[in-house]
Amino acid sequence: MTLLECKNLSKQYGRYPALSNINLQIDGGHIIGLLGPNGSGKTTFIKLIAGLLTPSSGEIYLKEEPIGIESKKMISYLPDHTYLNDWMKVKEIIGFFADFYEDFETERAYDMLAKLNIDPNSKLKTLSKGTKEKVQLILVMSRKADLYLLDEPIAGVDPAARDYILNTIISNYDENASILISTHLISDIENILDEVIFIQNGQIHMQTSVDDIRENENKSIDTLFREVFKC
Amino acid sequence: MPWNLDSDRPIFIQIIEKIQMDIISGVYKPGDKLPSVRELAAEASVNPNTMQKALSELERTGLVYSQRTSGRFITEDTKMIDDIKSEMAREIISQFLENMQKLGFQKDETVSLMKQTIEGDAK
Repeated sequence: MTLLECKNLSKQYGRYPALSNINLQIDGGHIIGLLGPNGSGKTTFIKLIAGLLTPSSGEIYLKEEPIGIESKKMISYLPDHTYLNDWMKVKEIIGFFADFYEDFETERAYDMLAKLNIDPNSKLKTLSKGTKEKVQLILVMSRKADLYLLDEPIAGVDPAARDYILNTIISNYDENASILISTHLISDIENILDEVIFIQNGQIHMQTSVDDIRENENKSIDTLFREVFKC
Repeated sequence: MPWNLDSDRPIFIQIIEKIQMDIISGVYKPGDKLPSVRELAAEASVNPNTMQKALSELERTGLVYSQRTSGRFITEDTKMIDDIKSEMAREIISQFLENMQKLGFQKDETVSLMKQTIEGDAK
């Protein structure tokens, strides 16, 4: 089943082309890595799907509907920077999300907070950078969405918590939902991916199954990435 | 604890090998019920689709069978398990012999070296 489809998708910032002519399909039930060097267009691509940017040309469909209000209900998006109000307490933000999103599961959020030893009564500004990231990821993963867009989700998180978070991702997402993860920490997440999209200079370099890469090239995704994007 | 999987070989093949090994070494007994795909995927820290693929492959070989509603079970065919065990033993031995040959040992030399080592261990 096709969950997301992009047709001739392009985005320009002034004269600068950030994405050119992207054509791709993402099916339900997959965890996909969106991998590419800095400035290759990953965040632009994710923001277009999230509906925060509008395409310069081309179309994006989620479940055959164009991106819009309805698609935002089905997409859970983790941006690459903090957007939450610093003065709020964790539990207040959870209340905020529960109010805002019909598919938010409060119990699940509290459960994950407890597992990661985060006090719901602490104010966001008192938390470390890594802990803030964990809170944001918990918020995003506590929704029952069809598509999760995670832009650099684990960069500031310690390795032990990373393992827990990856496990949460594996065991919590619905079998028909898909997760698109953009990251540079390839070796940490490559075992949970089933597909990768390599993006370079705003174009799709390839989209393929990770086990095909391992089988055909006898290489890890991390190694292949280093070869393809060698500086 | 996550399973020790290499990133440069297909994950589903390594999962098959690991589960085969667990069956042969008796971690799973004949007739035992396997955990669910999700549980196994979380335990191994791999994608559930990859785990599913590995289990389907194990089913195809007959080492594991599924019962529509109640889950997946280890085969009760102990002969099959023994066969796989001897096959793996043969593989390990031929690999070992190959390595010894690379070191320059002929087969008879290898055998006598092995005897020495075993007797040495016994002391």
